[in-house]
Amino acid sequence: MTETLSSISEYAIFATMFLYVVAFVCFVLDLAQRSARATAPTAVRSAVERRAAAAASVSSAASPASPSSGAATATLAPPTAATGGGVPADGARTDGAPTTSRALKLAMTVTVVAWAIHLLADITRGIAAGRVPWANMWEFSLTGTLVIVGIFLLVNLRFDLRYVGTFVLGLVCVLLMWAQVFYYVPVAPLPPALQSYWLVIHILVAITGTAFFALGFALAVAHLLQAWRERRQELSLPPVLPFLKSLPGSVELENLTYRVNIIGFIFWTFTLIAGAIWAEKAWGRYWGWDTKEVWTFIIWVIYAGYIHARATRGWRGSRSAWLSIIGFAAVMFNFGVVNVFFHGLHSYSGLTN
Amino acid sequence: MRTALFLLLLLALAAVPGSLVPQRTSDPNGVTQYKVDHPTLYPILDKLQVFSTYSSVWFSAIYLLLFVSLIGCIIPRVKHHVDAMLAKPPKTPFRLSRMAGYREAEAPAGVTAAEAIEAARAQLKSARYRTVVFDDGRQTSVSAERGYLRETGNLVFHIALLGILVVVGIGGGFGWTAQRVVVTGQTFVNTSVNFDSFNPGRFVDSDNLPAYSVKVDDLKVTYDSANGDSRGQALDYDATVTATRKDGSSYRTHIKVNHPLRIDGTSVYLLGNGYAPVLTFRDANGKVIKSEATPFLPEDSNLTSQGVVKVASGLSEQLGIIGIFMPTAPTDTDAQNLSSYPGLNNPRVSLTVYAGDLGVDSGQPQSVYALDTKGLTQIAGPTAKTKGLNLGLGETVKLPNGLGSVTFSGVKRFASLDIHHDPTQGWVLVFAILVLAGLLTSLFVPRRRMWVKATTDASGAVRLEYAGLARGEDPRLDEAVASLVAAHQKRLALGGFKNGKA
Repeated sequence: MTETLSSISEYAIFATMFLYVVAFVCFVLDLAQRSARATAPTAVRSAVERRAAAAASVSSAASPASPSSGAATATLAPPTAATGGGVPADGARTDGAPTTSRALKLAMTVTVVAWAIHLLADITRGIAAGRVPWANMWEFSLTGTLVIVGIFLLVNLRFDLRYVGTFVLGLVCVLLMWAQVFYYVPVAPLPPALQSYWLVIHILVAITGTAFFALGFALAVAHLLQAWRERRQELSLPPVLPFLKSLPGSVELENLTYRVNIIGFIFWTFTLIAGAIWAEKAWGRYWGWDTKEVWTFIIWVIYAGYIHARATRGWRGSRSAWLSIIGFAAVMFNFGVVNVFFHGLHSYSGLTN
Repeated sequence: MRTALFLLLLLALAAVPGSLVPQRTSDPNGVTQYKVDHPTLYPILDKLQVFSTYSSVWFSAIYLLLFVSLIGCIIPRVKHHVDAMLAKPPKTPFRLSRMAGYREAEAPAGVTAAEAIEAARAQLKSARYRTVVFDDGRQTSVSAERGYLRETGNLVFHIALLGILVVVGIGGGFGWTAQRVVVTGQTFVNTSVNFDSFNPGRFVDSDNLPAYSVKVDDLKVTYDSANGDSRGQALDYDATVTATRKDGSSYRTHIKVNHPLRIDGTSVYLLGNGYAPVLTFRDANGKVIKSEATPFLPEDSNLTSQGVVKVASGLSEQLGIIGIFMPTAPTDTDAQNLSSYPGLNNPRVSLTVYAGDLGVDSGQPQSVYALDTKGLTQIAGPTAKTKGLNLGLGETVKLPNGLGSVTFSGVKRFASLDIHHDPTQGWVLVFAILVLAGLLTSLFVPRRRMWVKATTDASGAVRLEYAGLARGEDPRLDEAVASLVAAHQKRLALGGFKNGKA
């Protein structure tokens, strides 16, 4: 039974990886098509033209959310753009072309199907092991990438974030393949230190936090690229990365990055607290500067800094985006390097030296 | 903010070296090893306090500065917030059209400006806004504000962080930790003289610890015995103990990993275990002079263990013995002294025996786990005429030089117990929960102002203006204004305001 289930899990994960690669290719194709669309009508717009266009779109397109009830009728006349805070609005999704290309639709469909198989792989692994599937690095990678894609799909129900699909799926493909090559271990029983319900809580919350930080990382990268493009446009330099024109403006990307990262931060705070409670039960102290604790603390402080940067003059925009990227780099370091190479109590990689 | 940001990033950076280099508190053996491996670098890093990073002067300086700047930030904010909570919402701005989510609408015919504003006020009030109505004759307006909890949460978050720091500091002074190795069947009484090591805080009265006792009746360790990849992995550690509280009441319970014993305000953890071979020594006449279980410290995952036995009296010479114990020794006697499985499948000991003055009478404190072989003569072992003594369970061999004999007469388990007392950790938890609660409210409760203004023009029509102002992050402000407009218009259209229905 265990053997069968664990081999189902292995086949399913190969299928998942294949489909994620397909979805990734579709997302890339979509970006390429966005580039083609964006470059087709006008080649280079001067700053003057752009300002004119921005003024036009302010009065026409960028209307606030429409009133939800029919009672607020025709007399409503919102005369100014409520959002955007001084960004050139020309990069918004109002360029005329439909946002959803066939490649994008296909990419999302394949991602959903792949995610379902990924879920199957994760659940069968869990049943095969007779416990939650996140007790070693392979299982953590398996569940972690599942949650990253899950959160990506979930957030898309509320905001259209499909444009970061390339980043997210690219990241997930690399993580899964890396894990498959370096972290795979067969099903093994749980060591006594992990036999606790805190394993369920602490790790699941950590995984969810990581997933939000991953999404925040993807958005921060998009933000930096967008800000770079906007700056070049400001200076009337030749345009770069034309697909970015179909993405939201840098200010909106910055706001989205922030909102995703603060959710990650809350999960991370809870990870720290839950970890401390568990550490008290298992190791006799709630905090002992174990290497993994240190890095979890460092990540918390970096993101706390990121949140403060939002309220600090001169730190909004690109600098805070870099903090978000550094924060996620620390998350990856904590997982990929600290677990394997650092000496400490959190040595549950399941890998033999 | 700039100072806080700078100090936060500095703190993150300063925490890094402590993870790269072993720390005295969590890994003292690692520090010793580091000294051997890096003889030139060690004194420099040691001077820089890198081996105790988190209590070093520079690390402490950063976090203390951070908290000083935090206090400097909190005090004026608390005052300001209290003032804001006591004050009424400010006067409606003259030009609402400059505010976020600005919308205009016309009131249905027959509704006066005062009625429209009263309806809006009731509306906002029911949405938990604080409201105040202004009327300057030409215009009537309602000014409303909500979300004071956002700032409250933010202040609670920061004050709770401060609370954690203070409480941890106090806990360090009043808490203590101790270690004790107990062989099964033995009892330890919780007094400072009985500990193998004891680290009391500055204000701990070491002579008055709660004098309970714990007898380790049994320690069961289960290993994975299947021939898979995880063969030999421990599945369970289960110590059966009889605990006797300081008031004399006694009960039987279990200590397991993740399941400490909480007794008389302290916690007893099972953090390590190993084997304690029983060696019986007889003198030349066959009289038993020593027979006891000695804890041998595990050296690998298959519990190849090393220990020291000292025979200070009863024989014609003092003996110091370094022993290797293997729970599952290789059957090939020429093989290396390494156990192949942590369970007791083929227990053997291999002893190197030294004779001479052990120095136990000199009054110098000695470690029970180490033997200083200086001045001793090896009488059985690799460099002696007699080879090392190699015994299976129940076997007896003669000691060299006709000193007598040694018997490997049994194997017991030992439990390594950690005893901790931290009077403030409950408070740390309380503050940690406050941190989380404060964080949630400060990030998700929107703080915003809303205004509705009514102007009657020459024709008698009532023109309504709506707008909002975000105070802090508020991505849904525009939606909120839109839904206020919708609901207000609906209320006016239904005419419910005339009967004073809210």
